[in-house]
Order: sequence, then C-alpha cells, then structure tokens
Amino acid sequence: MGTFISRRLALAAVAMVGLTIITFMVSHAVPADPIVANLGQQASQRPEIVAAFRAKWGLDRPLYVQYLTFLEGLVRGDFGVSINTRRAVTRDLAQFLPATIELSTAAIVFAVAMGLPLGVFSALYRDSPIDHLARLVSLIGVSIPIFWLATVSLVVFYAALGLAPGPGRLGAQIAAPPAVTGSYVVDSLLAGDGTALSSALAHLTLPALVLCSSIMGLVTRVTRSSMLEVLSQDFMRTARAKGLAESKIVVRHALRNALIPTITILGLAYGSLLSGAVMTETIFAWPGLGRYAFEAAVSNDFPSIMGVTFVIALMYVLANLAVDLAYGVLDPQIRYS
Amino acid sequence: MRQMQSLRTSPSTMAVDAPALPLTAPAAPSDRRRVVRRVLRKPMMIGGIVVVLIWVLLAALAPTIAPYDPIDQDVRHRLQAPSPAHWLGADELGRDVFSRVLYGGRVSLPVAAAVVAVATVFGTMLGGVAGFTGGWFDSLAMRLVDVVLAFPSLILAMAIAAALGPSIQNAMLAMLLVWWPPYARLARGQVLALRSREYVMAARGLGLPEHRILLRHLLPNSFAPLLVMMTMDFGTAIIITAALSFLGLGAVPPTPEWGAMVAEGRELIQQWWISTFPGIAIFMVAIATNFIGDGLRDIVDPRLR
Repeated sequence: MGTFISRRLALAAVAMVGLTIITFMVSHAVPADPIVANLGQQASQRPEIVAAFRAKWGLDRPLYVQYLTFLEGLVRGDFGVSINTRRAVTRDLAQFLPATIELSTAAIVFAVAMGLPLGVFSALYRDSPIDHLARLVSLIGVSIPIFWLATVSLVVFYAALGLAPGPGRLGAQIAAPPAVTGSYVVDSLLAGDGTALSSALAHLTLPALVLCSSIMGLVTRVTRSSMLEVLSQDFMRTARAKGLAESKIVVRHALRNALIPTITILGLAYGSLLSGAVMTETIFAWPGLGRYAFEAAVSNDFPSIMGVTFVIALMYVLANLAVDLAYGVLDPQIRYS
Repeated sequence: MRQMQSLRTSPSTMAVDAPALPLTAPAAPSDRRRVVRRVLRKPMMIGGIVVVLIWVLLAALAPTIAPYDPIDQDVRHRLQAPSPAHWLGADELGRDVFSRVLYGGRVSLPVAAAVVAVATVFGTMLGGVAGFTGGWFDSLAMRLVDVVLAFPSLILAMAIAAALGPSIQNAMLAMLLVWWPPYARLARGQVLALRSREYVMAARGLGLPEHRILLRHLLPNSFAPLLVMMTMDFGTAIIITAALSFLGLGAVPPTPEWGAMVAEGRELIQQWWISTFPGIAIFMVAIATNFIGDGLRDIVDPRLR
C-alpha cells in the first residue's frame, strides 16, 4: 500500500509541475498583449507608461525568470495581485472558492440522488421502458448546452413561474451568516439562522440542478453498466440460491460492488462540474470561482487567470488522487496492477 | 476510465481506457450487409443520422432558403415575436432569428468537424507512434497526455481563447490544444493490444517497414472505437464552440453563431425566442450525434449495451 500511495503522489506531483508550466505559458507566451488589455489603447501609446507597467508586473524580465518568480510565489501561496480587483489573488480565491464548492457539492448530491437509483433500476429491468428512459435521460444530459439550460430555467422558473428566487446566493434583505466555512447553508445552520438557511437553500437549488445535468447521465450510465456486470456474476446466483430476499441481494451484494466505478466517475466528473460552473455561475450571478475565472479571462487579468486555473486544476488533481486512493482501499487488486 | 473533458465529461471519456474492442476485419460484402442490417434495426440511430443530415442541408442551403439576410438589421421589427413574417421572431436589432439559426449551422458544423478531425489525426498519430515504438517517446507522450487531461478542458480552452483574443479561429485552436489527448490514449491502447496479433507478425515476417505496419495495419484496425469517440465528440465540440462564443471568447458579432445568439438573448427574458431557438438547434445536433455514437458503440462493442 505504501508504494501504491507514493507512486500516486509522485504522479500527482508531476501533473502539478506540468500544470504550472502550462498555466504560465498560456498566460505569458501568447500573442495577446496584456498591456493593451489593461492600459487601454491610449495609455499603451505612451512608452513611459508602458515601461512602468512592464516593470511593475515583471513583464520586462526574461520568461524563465518570470516563471521562477511565479513558482517562488506559488510555494508561498502567493499568486500575485489581480489586475482587475487590485487585491491579492489568494484573497480573491479564498473568497470565491467556498461558493463554488457549495454549488458543486450540491450538484453532486443531486446527480447521485437521481442518477444512482435510475442506473440501478435500468440495470434490474433491462430493456424495459425504465431502461430506455434512463438511456434517454443520460443522452439528454450530455447533449444539452448548460449555458442554455441555465438561461432557459432562469426564464421559466424565476421570471415566468416565480417558483425559484432570482440570481445570487441569498435574498436581498437577508444578511449573510457569520463566515465559518464560507458555505451559506452550513454557516447559517451553525448560526441557527433559519431565515438565512431557507433563503440559501432556495437560491442553491436551481443552479445546482442545472449544473448536475452534465454529470447525472454519466452517473446513471456507469451505475447501470457496473450493475449489469455484477448481476451476471456467480456470487449473485449463490445469493439467490441461498434464498436471500431480492432487495437484500440488490443492495448488499450487487450495489455495494457496483458502486466502485460510480465513485471513480465522480472524481472525473468533477472536472466537468468545474467547467459547467463557469457558465452556471456567470448566468446565476453566483459569486464563485467560475465567474471569477470568466471575468479574469475576458479582461486578460493574467495573475488571476493563472491563480484560478491553477486552483481549479489542483482541485481536480486532488479529487482524482482521492478517488484513486479510495479505489486502492476498496479494491486491493488495483494496488498491484 | 476517463471522460469529457469538460463539459467534455462526455461519454467518450468512458471509452478511453476501455480494453481494446473486438475489431472487424476489412469488411467483405456480406459483412457490410450485416452492418447495414444492424444499423437498420436501430431507430434512434437512424433518427440521429436523419437529423444531422437535415441540419447539414439547411446550413449548406441557407443562402437559398433563409428568408432574410442574417445580419441585416430592421429596426422597425426589433424584438418582434414569432409571426408569419418572422417564423422564429426577430432579435434586438430586428434581425430574423430563423435566418440566423440557419446560417449558424454554417459556423458550428464545420468548426466542430474540423476540431474533431484534426484532433483525431494528431492524437491518433501521436498515440499510435507512442504505443508502437514504446520507450522514452511513449513515456514522454503519455505524460504530456496526463498533464493536459489533468486540466478541466473548458477552463483551459477558455484561458487559451482569452489569451489569444476572441475569434472563431482562436476558439478552434484553443479547443484543438485540449482535444487530442483522449485520442492519443485510445489509439495507443489499441496499438498496444494489436501489435502482437498474428497478422502484424506476418506483415513483419514479410519484411514490411515499420511505418507501413503502423499506417496500413495497426491504425486502420483501430478505427472502430475511434469512430465511436469521434461521433460522440462531434456533439460535444458543437456545444463547446457555442459555449466559448456564449462567453464572448468565440465568434464575434454580428456573426450568426448559435452560442453567441443565446448570449444575445439572455438578458431579454420577455423575448424568450431570441435565445431559445438557437439553443434548440445546438441541442438537436448534439443529441442526434449522441444517438448515432450510441448506436455505433452498440454495433462495435455489444458488451457495453
């Protein structure tokens, strides 16, 4: 187990170094000129302003020096200062990250709550209407543009039907609960603030449902195929022959074994959740990393782009590492392969 | 197992690390007939093919069949609801939504096809050579694949597109840079699985040069699973192209592009038709290609069904 963990950690470390290089290259070695983007056309005509800007942000030094400076800062948890907000990128990230974690966690909960039963039933009743429905639902999930679903659901459930609250994380009149975790749901629970809790939950539901559409189909599909595989194995026949109740066979024997691939896919799905979060957060005015990433990207705010891309990729690598490790614990064969 | 990139946690991900799939040898006429028969037994797949063909036709014939010029502004009819004059209504500048949706296909369909095609060629060649030669090149190529795959692909494409500046060409380039790794992985896996087959040994015994074995024997025989992945990815590419344009990083106004059109209508909640119809177009093409890919996968690898 020791070698397995250290090998996985080493691979994750290699991935992280690669990430820093790619992030750095993307934001520095490309044609778009951050000077024009940030100073505007007029100021960028004046050489003394341009020189001062380049010196201030270190753009006048050779690329590898800029990269080493970036790495050095990274080790200290310093991503530099955002050109947009004029605050430390680390501070921005710390402020926006919890909102994204809250949203994507809620989306995962919804995806599992709906996708898992759908996958199990479609495997149990293979080729029945419920199986076809599950297949259709998962195909719709991967085919629907999330930015469109978000736009349309805001129009339908907020503007037309009035069933959902508007954009944002809380109602206009409601004070945010004292920050402990940064998640309004958890924080208002901790503070015992019922009003804030119900408002936070109401605001969370629609964006989380929209966001979960991208991975629910995946959860359904993977659960279904691993259930089918488990159901055809010898120990299932043995369990039936022993006269166990069908419900017990399904839950205790089949589902338990079929869950492993589903857990794995959740780690991978995290990447698509974070991508979907960019659009969901932008449309629902959800003050998270996704919206921050979008704003940084469109204004070529390179310290923020690097910081946010790095943190998002880091979350993704860590999620996959956690899944790999969990997988190794659940299934000893993996460790030695 | 791995997936869709991004938003690309597409079903393609799921196929990537799957074991090499059973392969059909270069089809004899009777084999071909069997494949056709199997396709005919899949109504969803046929529906998908029909829908895609219709959209290709509509896009190709847009200049002939569109009732209006897609960028012609007609202020008198701005924000007009769907009517006999404007079937799908008019947008904020009085442009005809129906004509713009038709012309939108002329952007999305070729862009998605080009991204998938170039990514397939590049990824397959790299992965094929890596799997075939092994050694340091293989390790290096696969680490590169790992690193690119370690990014959520839309985020990376977004950063690249933003850095390059908004244009549909830059959006394509950004997508290409994140799109090839799953193909490299799949092709490598296929080549590794196939290279000890008898026919490869026979080819080697006959003294064929290595590059010929790779190009004429290994890669063509890896084609079936690649085709499934390409089909499903086409829908994803349509969605990501639209997503980048929606975010303002792809097509620039007044280009009629589906994602950009959804963005133009998103603040106009009362005028639902402006963003609804282009969204439906994206959804129809994407789900149709997924139906085709799903059907193809059943045919190529019935075990997954």
